Amino acid sequence: MQLFTMFLSAILINNIVLSKFLGMCPFMGVSTRLDNAVGMGLAVIFVIFCSSILSWCLYYWLLVPLHLEYMELITFILLIAAFVQFVEMFIKKNSPPLYDQLGIYLPLITTNCAVLYVAQDNITQGYNFIETMVNSIAVPAGFMLMLCIFACIRERLQGNDVPKAFEGNPIAFIIAAIMAVAFTSLSGLV
Amino acid sequence: MSETTKKESFFTRLLTDNPVFGLYLGICSTLAITTNINNAIGMGVAVTVVLTLSNILVSAVRDITPDDIHIPVYIVIIATLVTIVGMVMQAYTPALYTALGAFIDLIVVNCIILGRAEAFASMHPIGASAKDGLSMGLSYTLSLLAMSFIRQLLGTGIISLSNPFTNEEIFALRLIPKGFEVPMFTSQVGAFLTFACLAAAIAAYKNYQSAKAKEAK
Repeated sequence: MQLFTMFLSAILINNIVLSKFLGMCPFMGVSTRLDNAVGMGLAVIFVIFCSSILSWCLYYWLLVPLHLEYMELITFILLIAAFVQFVEMFIKKNSPPLYDQLGIYLPLITTNCAVLYVAQDNITQGYNFIETMVNSIAVPAGFMLMLCIFACIRERLQGNDVPKAFEGNPIAFIIAAIMAVAFTSLSGLV
Repeated sequence: MSETTKKESFFTRLLTDNPVFGLYLGICSTLAITTNINNAIGMGVAVTVVLTLSNILVSAVRDITPDDIHIPVYIVIIATLVTIVGMVMQAYTPALYTALGAFIDLIVVNCIILGRAEAFASMHPIGASAKDGLSMGLSYTLSLLAMSFIRQLLGTGIISLSNPFTNEEIFALRLIPKGFEVPMFTSQVGAFLTFACLAAAIAAYKNYQSAKAKEAK
């Protein structure tokens, strides 16, 4: 039950995009079309899930026994960069059609702050392995939910007459503000 | 280049090539930590220091870095610098360190830093790279200041500044009478709204400039 609460609150209440402002760059970049948003969302879920679990193992099984906790940041970012590179090569070799769909998003994920944040958050919150797994799937799922809702709104927006200065990204931030209002009202849920 | 055009070009660069509102880099931290001016200055200084030093280091190793692994090399340089800056802040400005929280570590993935390392420092000499890092860092800091000024003023009605080392208040000025402030501006909604309006203002200025240039032709 507690895990379910954690799952729900990570998706809806403490949503990583609207309440923590993480992963804004890809959020603005690829949210113009729904199919791109779904592709990016899936890639992010996969990368965050795997890299967070790897980081957790590395931290508790290697850095803590060696008293190297202050190397956390360097270790995690290298792990994420290497993991993304590895996934990219693996997909390219084994499933070219999937690579054509996801390939362009993968290099972007290394600099997605959400990935590093989840890996570090699991450590600072002191989650155990099960909680880490739940957290690492719930947070990117919230990211994907936002990305998809946002892409749908922006698709509808394309034919509209927006003031010239607000064209493109500024109007997207206005939409994000309105969505943030909507999502604050969910805070009483859990 | 004469003094006035130099000044003018710095001003236009600040507005049109602004890394935050013009190029949409480093948005995450801009939105998250600009609730008050103290945080904005702290974050701005931290990013400027990391950016300048990383530009210098990247530029220094640019000839001996193999092309295939240049991104990991840059990331290690940046992560090392961020760790050092984080430790220094934890030691000397503990209140600021707590307020900025995870966003200090997240400087590593701030697109401005890796972006400048990749686009500028990897092909320019050390002096030019240091200057570029400094000016980019300054315009980032100014963007943070603009955001935090608006949000703190409208959200709390008070403009205040405190000494980051001792956490003592230097001055606090109430500009909006009590009861008339809009607390929404310190929340997430205000962050998005302020950002949208500032970005739109920069876009409007750019449109105005290009219209003027067209007319001149």
